[in-house]
Amino acid sequence: MNAIEVSQLTVAYENTTVLHDINLHVPVGKLTGIIGPNGAGKSTLIKAILNQLPNKTGKVEILGQALNPKNNLVGYVPQRNAVDWDFPTNALDVVLMGRFGHIGLFHRPSAKDREKALNCLKSVGMEEFANRSIGQLSGGQQQRVFLARALAQEAEVYFMDEPFVGVDAATERTIINILKQLKEKGKTVLVVHHDLQTVRDYFDWTVLLNKTIISSGPTNITFTEEKLQQTYGGKLFFMNEKNNKAVTERGSLSAIR
Amino acid sequence: MNEIWVLVTGSLVGITCGLTGVFLILRKMAMIADAISHTVLFGIVMAFIVTQTLNGVWMMIGAGIAGILTAYLVQVLQSNGLQEDASIGVVFTTLFAAGVLLITLFAGNVHLDVEHVLMGEIAFVPWNTWTFVGITMPKAVWMLLFVLLLNILFLVVFYKELKISTFDPVFAMSLGLPLVFLHYAFMTLVSFTTVAAFDSVGAVLVVAMLIVPASTGYLLSKSIKVMLISSMAVGIMSAIGGYYFAKLFDTSIAGMMATTAGLIFMLVFLFRPYEGLLVKKRKLTNIHEIVVK
Amino acid sequence: MLSGNLLWVLVGASLLGIASGLNGAFAFLQKQSLVGDAAAHSALPGIAIAFLIFQQKDLPLLMLGAIITATLSVYLIQGIINRSKLKSDAAIGIVLSVFFGIGIVLLTIVNQSSSGNQSGLNDFIFGKAATMARSDLVWLSGSVTLIITTCLVFYKEWKLMIFDATFAKGIGLPVERLRLLLTAMTVLTIVTGIQAVGVILMSAMLIIPAATARMWSDKLNIMIIMSALFGAFSGACGTLISSLKTGLSTGPIIVLTASSLFLVSYFFSPKQGLLVKIRQRRQLEKQALEQEVQGS
Repeated sequence: MNAIEVSQLTVAYENTTVLHDINLHVPVGKLTGIIGPNGAGKSTLIKAILNQLPNKTGKVEILGQALNPKNNLVGYVPQRNAVDWDFPTNALDVVLMGRFGHIGLFHRPSAKDREKALNCLKSVGMEEFANRSIGQLSGGQQQRVFLARALAQEAEVYFMDEPFVGVDAATERTIINILKQLKEKGKTVLVVHHDLQTVRDYFDWTVLLNKTIISSGPTNITFTEEKLQQTYGGKLFFMNEKNNKAVTERGSLSAIR
Repeated sequence: MNEIWVLVTGSLVGITCGLTGVFLILRKMAMIADAISHTVLFGIVMAFIVTQTLNGVWMMIGAGIAGILTAYLVQVLQSNGLQEDASIGVVFTTLFAAGVLLITLFAGNVHLDVEHVLMGEIAFVPWNTWTFVGITMPKAVWMLLFVLLLNILFLVVFYKELKISTFDPVFAMSLGLPLVFLHYAFMTLVSFTTVAAFDSVGAVLVVAMLIVPASTGYLLSKSIKVMLISSMAVGIMSAIGGYYFAKLFDTSIAGMMATTAGLIFMLVFLFRPYEGLLVKKRKLTNIHEIVVK
Repeated sequence: MLSGNLLWVLVGASLLGIASGLNGAFAFLQKQSLVGDAAAHSALPGIAIAFLIFQQKDLPLLMLGAIITATLSVYLIQGIINRSKLKSDAAIGIVLSVFFGIGIVLLTIVNQSSSGNQSGLNDFIFGKAATMARSDLVWLSGSVTLIITTCLVFYKEWKLMIFDATFAKGIGLPVERLRLLLTAMTVLTIVTGIQAVGVILMSAMLIIPAATARMWSDKLNIMIIMSALFGAFSGACGTLISSLKTGLSTGPIIVLTASSLFLVSYFFSPKQGLLVKIRQRRQLEKQALEQEVQGS
């Protein structure tokens, strides 16, 4: 059984097609990177799979079932800049939001939920910041809190929208270690990713996307120069062909970092 | 005795609006509340034209419908590409103009004059009483208590849903929370709050009571609970302070309530504890991050 | 035949429509439509203060008061946004409602003082377009001429400033002063219009024609001209309709005329109209369906 199975998915706004005829499957237990140029529809793909877009046709199955938030199979890390970090709440409270799917309507979080949330904060190295206002956290710390919230969801399949954007190197390491741990526990993780240099190190399954699926499969088969050229439409420069390190405009910046 | 009822009414307005205002500010919908406070007039006039009475229940229903209609129309215009502020502006000015016109056409000779709707007359509150289960209280107090109860009930039942859908709607959607229901239920409550308060402080000044205390609370608090409490406290202080200031200068009570709320906001804005330096520092680190990226 | 008075009102309302259409378009593009609303409300305390100080209903003096408080409100909104975590909606709401509250407090005091009784200052809240006199028109046409000239002179600077303020600053434009000038023009429009259509409906004249024009054009110059035309048309048409029957107050009718234009454009405009959009969506769906059929 596949963790994610998408067939004939198309997303269109008024007069532009954002995603076209997506057919995709990701086996259980894969740490997957979604790679593609800006505007390729990477975030849209995640949102479409999570049933957040109205103008969508096609079929999506998670672990062989239609998506249903009630069975708590899915964990989600949205883009960090999608929320207002001035919101008056603390780190632990945000992580506790991850438990809501388990708590259900009309109930309040129990002491056990609180404990779980605290453990998740601990696993991302943020336990000392539990009572800190979220507005006072750095970008990297905010991202860790978001990851902890997803962990608190205790899901089977995780979707992460650009978790490495605007975070420090230490946070990036923490995050990737946690993702690898998740993988070892048999969870499936889908990550929208920008930095082509790290793809081989991070992911064992890669999806190349530019409005439609260019290629999808094990990283060593999919992540090739030819297919990348196809995905990025020639906008790609290969700095070091021996190591096959690909550097996009964005990638070259991150190389400096 | 009359003075006490005026103070009670004012404080209830402060509490109810303070409560509702918190989520208005957090959801960045302050101007939608402003729009609703204007379009409620349209709903009330329509209720009067249909039923030919000034019964509070019908007024409430009319206002509720007008409020939902406003929220819905703004949403429709926005989802078709008109920017949010213009959508709000187009909808509320149109419905307000329609309301004013309908009053002059069909309801000119009744108590429903525009000035009253806009400015309210809290001083008249004690004379309009209503008896229920043997208790005689001003009608405005009954209405405010009812709406306050409704507000508290809604918050108790949906607190965590409201909180997460406000903080992170995208994530809330992935949890399958009923975002649309929450949005319109909340908008209905805002409309009810507006009607209940408008009789005493007037539609435009309801906005002051909805937005200013909650904004003050926002500046003062690190958690929603503290924000709720401080918002209500500022609401009560504005109401009571406003009453006595108005007495002192012999002027409009409702206007003074808004003025007092503004005064408290200004003091907090200038001398608030958490922000200032901290905020500036954070803004700097954010810029730093962007540069690094 | 048009009676003398009606003619004055007609000309006055059209002039006002042009001025608010022009300014509204710039405000709209800066996403500041509701700031105009706040400024309109904030003119009220200024008018009352001017009256309390000078004890006479001399129009230039009242307008000066209105200009001062309305401008102050725009700066306060900006100040609150810049110096706290409050967002623009809250900042606008706070300034709007508190200034209006202060205005009502002062108006009540004015109305209670003996000289204020006949001052008719309440007209500034609801407007009295139907009683516009020739002397008001002199004012109106004066400020409208000023506004139009300024728009023509600073058109390309404002355009650049709205589109990309950082770039404008980079090439040496005095962005802050340009913004101040734009604010001043908007405030002037509001203050001129308040006595005709009143505080609240004045906001409508700033917002609706601009939003309507946006439906018809993507080009700034065309949008601005259309906005002014829609404003003028609403003013003239509204005045004529309201003259048909007593009880049809001019202010609301002008606004409703503007809204009707908006509604028509909303459905039928060739670029952004709802009908066009629906047709496009249908076509896309049909294409998707055809591809699906071919694919299988």
